[in-house]
Amino acid sequence: MSGLTLDLLLLQIVTGVALGSVFVLLAIGLSLIFGMLTIVNFAHGAFYMVGAYMGVFLYGLTKNFWLCLVLVPLGVGSIGLVVERFLIRPLYGRNIDDPLLLTFGLGYVFIESIRILFGLNGIPFSTPAGLRGAVDIGIGHFPLYRLFLIGATGVLVLGLWLFIEKTKFGLIIRAGARDPEILKVLGIDVSKIWLLVFGIGTGIAGLSGILAAPLQAVTPEMGIPVLAEAFVVTVVGGMGSLIGAVTAGLMVGIVVAMTSLFMPEMAKVSIFLLMALVLLVRPQGLFGRAGLMG
Amino acid sequence: MTNTRNSKRRSGMSRREILAAGAGGVALAGFTPSLFSIARAQAGTIKIGFPVPLTGPFGAEAQDQVRAAEIAIKEFNDAGGFQGRLAELLVRDDKLNPGEAATRTLELIEKDKVNYVVGSLSAAVQLSINNVTKERGVIFNSISQSDAINEVKDWSKFTFHEALNPHMTAGAVGRYAFSKFGKKVVYLTADYAYGHEMVRGFESAGKPLGVQTLADIRHPIGANDYSAFLPRIQSLRPDVLCICNFGRDQVNAVKQATEFGLKEKIKIVAPVLLYTARVAGGPEIFEGVVGGTSYYWRLEDTIPTAKAFNDKFRAANGGAVPSDYGALGYAGVRTVLTAAKAAGSTDTDKVVEAMRNLKYDFYKGPQYYRGCDHQSVQSVLVIESKSKDMKDKNDVFNIVGVETPDEKNLRSCADLGHKA
Amino acid sequence: MTATASASLIAFGKRHRAALAIAVLLIFPWLMPYEALAVNILVLGLYAVGFNLLFGYTGLLSFGHAAFLGSGAYGCGIALVHFGVPWFGAILIGVLVSVFFAAIMGFLAIRTRGIYFAMVTLALSQCVYYLFYQAVSLTGGENGLRGINLSEIGILGFSVNFLNPTTKYYVILAFVAFALWLFSRLLASPFGAVLEAIRENESRARACGYDVARVKFIAFVISGAFCGLAGALKALHLSIVPIETLHYLTSGQVVMMALLGGMNTFFGPFVGAAAFLLLEDVLTTMTSHWQLVLGAVFVIFVLFFPKGIWGSVLAWVVRK
Repeated sequence: MSGLTLDLLLLQIVTGVALGSVFVLLAIGLSLIFGMLTIVNFAHGAFYMVGAYMGVFLYGLTKNFWLCLVLVPLGVGSIGLVVERFLIRPLYGRNIDDPLLLTFGLGYVFIESIRILFGLNGIPFSTPAGLRGAVDIGIGHFPLYRLFLIGATGVLVLGLWLFIEKTKFGLIIRAGARDPEILKVLGIDVSKIWLLVFGIGTGIAGLSGILAAPLQAVTPEMGIPVLAEAFVVTVVGGMGSLIGAVTAGLMVGIVVAMTSLFMPEMAKVSIFLLMALVLLVRPQGLFGRAGLMG
Repeated sequence: MTNTRNSKRRSGMSRREILAAGAGGVALAGFTPSLFSIARAQAGTIKIGFPVPLTGPFGAEAQDQVRAAEIAIKEFNDAGGFQGRLAELLVRDDKLNPGEAATRTLELIEKDKVNYVVGSLSAAVQLSINNVTKERGVIFNSISQSDAINEVKDWSKFTFHEALNPHMTAGAVGRYAFSKFGKKVVYLTADYAYGHEMVRGFESAGKPLGVQTLADIRHPIGANDYSAFLPRIQSLRPDVLCICNFGRDQVNAVKQATEFGLKEKIKIVAPVLLYTARVAGGPEIFEGVVGGTSYYWRLEDTIPTAKAFNDKFRAANGGAVPSDYGALGYAGVRTVLTAAKAAGSTDTDKVVEAMRNLKYDFYKGPQYYRGCDHQSVQSVLVIESKSKDMKDKNDVFNIVGVETPDEKNLRSCADLGHKA
Repeated sequence: MTATASASLIAFGKRHRAALAIAVLLIFPWLMPYEALAVNILVLGLYAVGFNLLFGYTGLLSFGHAAFLGSGAYGCGIALVHFGVPWFGAILIGVLVSVFFAAIMGFLAIRTRGIYFAMVTLALSQCVYYLFYQAVSLTGGENGLRGINLSEIGILGFSVNFLNPTTKYYVILAFVAFALWLFSRLLASPFGAVLEAIRENESRARACGYDVARVKFIAFVISGAFCGLAGALKALHLSIVPIETLHYLTSGQVVMMALLGGMNTFFGPFVGAAAFLLLEDVLTTMTSHWQLVLGAVFVIFVLFFPKGIWGSVLAWVVRK
């Protein structure tokens, strides 16, 4: 390939890390819900899309992006709480396929509702003032917003890790993920924990939606391709593993960036090739526990 | 919207009667083909099947296509129809899926016995509809872009192409942009036939101008992030970046190119610049992007028929202006109905002949179908997106050039495999 | 109805399930809004039944079955368009092509389990998608394969008008009926019993001396063959093969069809396919917001009819 320089290669890696940040955000929520509730959430992409729309809507009202970053996860998480309480909870103890079908249907409902509320065509959302434009990072110009995205993802991952590893509540989550029976024996109301975990997971999906909104067109269908990518990342990392989601997200981002540079036609299929390779060598994913789900 | 569609949908269970008529020997059905041969109704309403992608990312365009087509129907009926026969539009949702489009086209032909089919908004979907209609000898007037449909392999005498094709559109934009903004070009191309066709159109326009292709980067169709292609484009330092993709892909690619600061040194050009994409993307993102289109409503400043069409559209749709692809719905339906009137018959062969002889100016200046491939020879507009000096919220482009109708801007009949 | 009468009815139904299904399918086009939809239901019904051999009877959830529907369709279409193979031979080639891909995918995938099995099949089917997408000269790429134009086909020396919708329905029904009969025989065979044993308890099946991996592999390939036949018939029906046939959404669709109809029954997936397509067809003509209703139907079914449509019907009959 002509014109390949070290700077270009490094810039490509930074681009990959920024791409990977979105993957990480999506995968964390998906992985959290799966690890704890063993629910394959097919509506995850729809929650992400709802987050983007809620962000655009609230930004129009408040004109404050930072406030929206707080409000949107709360709003989307609240929808998640309602969904868990009234739709998912009746399914516990049933076959694993049931929540899958339910969330699939729910995704349709969300997408169509957004079409009714905001139209078919998608709406513009520009990068918030102060985060616009490209800055020189020594190896070339790179959009400021994408740097912010990398930082925001880092902060969120760190916060979540501290929450799970260092708080009493996190301890309960970890115990519950390993063996829900133990929690029952200890007299902890498992259903409350599950409710909250689902709320947190969907809230993070909503947050990734608003964070991604300035990067691309906000459309009712924006969550559909993203869902497949999020599943790939989650599975490569090992379902239910936070560190797995982070590692795999960044890895997938960099793989996409590199194939985009050297074999652009293969940018999309590359992540599936990666997944096939990883799973054939390590069937439970990079950081997954063996034997999960049958 | 929903209402207009509903009112045109399936009326009654007439199909059962039709079937019952031939249902005598189910077991023998397969061996008595003549009994069931498809005969289209000769009396009653003139039915036009209209498959468009109401569901999916081009739903807004598809709705516009329906609205515009309804205007052509209304005009025809208000003028008394043809020998007392009124026209009817049978809208079907092809969901932007060629398989669904083929199924719906079969329904339109076999059950609804439509006289003609007009519609589609995707290369793959129009080729699929065309494959079904040509096999059954039904006229199909396509209103979306493709080069393949003109080629002898897919084409049939029942195939008409009212829309522009990628070769014409990219050619017009290329001739304008390369002489104005520079000769070093990078293509960011959606990796499918439509994308490749646009690049071919640009390159054949650029050849006589001495244009140099620095790279043709092919991205997978439907990608939502193009950032990974941009650093390389930046390092190649082209004068012009041609973004050869469509719809949402284009919005995302242009948005991210703007974000990377590419516009400071590079002119961004998009062969087909969609009105709806521009509205969804917003003024800042598209500021200064140059592209081509078959129609933009501001054509009314210079073309009387455009003014007349826009006024009718505004009156019927609460002041909204028609989009580019929407307007094609009007032209696609009106040509077929006009041809039927001119032929003095709704008979397929006679209407084909009449369409071939049609010289029309319905909404954008003079047009006609070329003899060898039934491609509508028409003007191509070159437009530039603006964020300032907008008359109203619909005023999003400036028309910076008009390429007048000329067969020399089309691929030659021989190139397409037709005998001259 | 007395309990014994009901029981004997069920027994009768079980014994003659293939015959009953075929009887219903004979009058089916008269129950549907139009023939093209009826043929779609036949074809996708077969696709769902083939898929369910793996899902319902073996307990393996595949997210890659579009690869077999698609490769069967392309195999048949390419044989017809590019090599001039007669239609009957083209169908066989379609099935063989899908068996080929099923063998490769099955070999690689059966070593994983649960959700990872689903994701490996998804990944591999995406590779198949890419392969066909890039082979533009054979497949037409994104534009799809066109020109599978059969206006007349020869059957036992007779020339039959394949453009006639009713004729086309019965020709395709003949293939689907044969496949359903074969499928029913397969499930009644000792092989079918082993499959169910694996689904219920894999370790016990292994302890009983069955080569579990081998059985899974064979089930995978047979499932692929049925789906490939469905694909080949779909290609003949629509006269085109869209690249969407290989898309992962097509894989997802069949999972939903099987679940909607009832994965633990013989007819369930077929009923699910019929319900799905019919619902979608009727809803699109009623409202542009059909996806809202479709989604809500899914949610309601999971909550209140977890056995699926057919499973719930059967349970209701048994209770009576």
